[in-house]
Amino acid sequence: MSKVPYEVYTEDVEALSVLSPEGKIVNKDLLPDLNDDQLKEIMYRMVFTRSWDDRAVNLGRQGRLGFYAPVSGQEATMVGSEFALQKEDFVCPGYRDIPQLVWHGLPLYQAFLYSRGHQHGGQIPDGVNVLMPQIIIGAQILHAMGIAMAYKLKKQKQVVIAYTGDGGSSEGDFYEGLNYAGVYKLPVIFFVQNNGYAITTPFAKQTAALSIAHKAVAAGIKGVKVDGMDVLAVIKAVQDAAERGRNGEGATLIEAVTYRFRPHSMSDDTSKYRTKDEEGIWSEKDPIARLAKYLAEKGLWTDEDTERVREEAKAKVNEEIKKAEKTEKMTVSGLIDSMFEQTPQHLEEQKADFE
Amino acid sequence: MAQMNMKEAIRDALRVELKNDPNVILFGEDVGHVGGVFRATEGLQAEFGEDRVFDTPLAESAIGGLAVGLGIQGFRPIAEIQFVGFIFEALDQMVVQAARMRFRSGGKYNSPIVFRTPFGGGVKAAELHTDSLEGLLAQTPGIKVVIPSNPYDAKGLMIASIRDNDPVFFMEHLNLYHAFRAEVPEEAYTVELGKANVVREGSDVTIIAYGMMVHTATKAADQLAEEGIKAEIIDLRTVSPIDIDTIVASIQKTNRAIVVQEAQKSAGVAAEVIAQINEKAILHLEAPVLRVAGPDTVYPFAQIEDSWLPSPKRVIDAVKKVVQF
Repeated sequence: MSKVPYEVYTEDVEALSVLSPEGKIVNKDLLPDLNDDQLKEIMYRMVFTRSWDDRAVNLGRQGRLGFYAPVSGQEATMVGSEFALQKEDFVCPGYRDIPQLVWHGLPLYQAFLYSRGHQHGGQIPDGVNVLMPQIIIGAQILHAMGIAMAYKLKKQKQVVIAYTGDGGSSEGDFYEGLNYAGVYKLPVIFFVQNNGYAITTPFAKQTAALSIAHKAVAAGIKGVKVDGMDVLAVIKAVQDAAERGRNGEGATLIEAVTYRFRPHSMSDDTSKYRTKDEEGIWSEKDPIARLAKYLAEKGLWTDEDTERVREEAKAKVNEEIKKAEKTEKMTVSGLIDSMFEQTPQHLEEQKADFE
Repeated sequence: MAQMNMKEAIRDALRVELKNDPNVILFGEDVGHVGGVFRATEGLQAEFGEDRVFDTPLAESAIGGLAVGLGIQGFRPIAEIQFVGFIFEALDQMVVQAARMRFRSGGKYNSPIVFRTPFGGGVKAAELHTDSLEGLLAQTPGIKVVIPSNPYDAKGLMIASIRDNDPVFFMEHLNLYHAFRAEVPEEAYTVELGKANVVREGSDVTIIAYGMMVHTATKAADQLAEEGIKAEIIDLRTVSPIDIDTIVASIQKTNRAIVVQEAQKSAGVAAEVIAQINEKAILHLEAPVLRVAGPDTVYPFAQIEDSWLPSPKRVIDAVKKVVQF
């Protein structure tokens, strides 16, 4: 490898981009290999996810959901990154990454149960390779690294994806995970959705690095920056990273630059920390509108399709929230019994106080 | 039967389980090539290969997270934290992630992990290498805390810990690694977790201790015997959960008790033992149950370590107080 004198990586990188905000292909060579049905499925999932988010926000206001972190604006990063993986690959989510869990196989009512604070939300069905949403920002990055090591030791050609955000990239666990993945050459993808704000703290106050992708350099893994409002670019980046992982070429850090159209959570007020102008600029980059234009031009999608999916999503959400609401309530005895494989005597005795 | 010190007995337990179960995997800082800073894992990498016994980069939280990730994929990780003073860096992975895994997944995932760490004072180590943090861990729901006091127990408790399907924090007292040798069977055997052991029978007072303090209590009991006071000594072996039945049975006989711990006095294992005695045996007591413990200070620099640690004399004084009450 050739060497440059003294200074390391002082240049910013351009984000990988395939589809322009006008829905035009700007980089034909990087277009992922997707057939028409796949393109329609991606569109379907993004529209479905947006409608479910609309509905979930209302359910949250009505007190029918507990903690809920809105996802609108991030459909390309969420739907696209999951779509680029195989069913047997493993997903380690942060708390906002519920769509990836659901599109990877977690029943929607269980996602609602998690939000409502019910244990059954985390009882992942067999054959669905996901962890429960992680609250400790960064902890899942280390779990992903451990699962990836298990795949490597078992010589299974599966990859693991860990999601975090721009805030998460400041955590110690983030650096520890990247470093381990580099040392052990693990089949793992660290996918950072840089949506510009860690709750209220802007990206400029999060790091002095030129980009989050640059942080891969220190860990000796591959780093990629991608337009996170461009679902085709996201899919391309994740497909490449997954292929590298499967081929034993190690870990990739992907920074996807995106924006959450809504607040951090239901108890957050965006007007305190960002401007309407800024929100307007980002809404013009809407990942759904962008793909819709591209697909309309190809004759694959119409406004009626969007409307149909929205209705379908509404009906599905109503059905699943009702199922969540009908699920039998948890008990303290049940909690006690799920602490250990065999409940020790002192806990058995404490159970008596709750029966 | 082989004669082993506690370090050799622990290594033997690790070797036996690495051999018995291909899912057992061992890692930590410096544990692979050289076999750990105390050589407790010496020779294991050579015997089982680098996939099963390996060195990690210097990052404790990642050691914990690696264990959690491997654990949900069916491995049985044995993760070493080089010194107890370094566990704080890994606490989230231990007491939040590993300990909550079974509950938050409704039993779908579990954490069959052994976190090993040397602990305890009296070896003139560098600052922040030695302390007794078992109380902190014992307060954590979902994790067991095991502390052996001798080679036989160390091997049996370690094998039981490795085979346990929930996280176990296994604490190895630095002063016991090379303290003495004892007979240790060569085959695999377990010592049940959560069961205390009456290591010395007596009728006048019960001394409840664990780890190094079992030996401090024994020295005290020898001197007390010369004065006609017969002390019964209970070695807890597991400090979470506590085997209260064995303690109550003893107090029913002696009607007097003290608890000896090397850790700082307040809100620790001794306090919990006394609270449980209060709940289950108060009417059998003829005197308050006293604690012999370190003072509620940070762990001292090496120069005053020996005066800080509980001594046989302090144990004798406490016993006399409860006997003469």
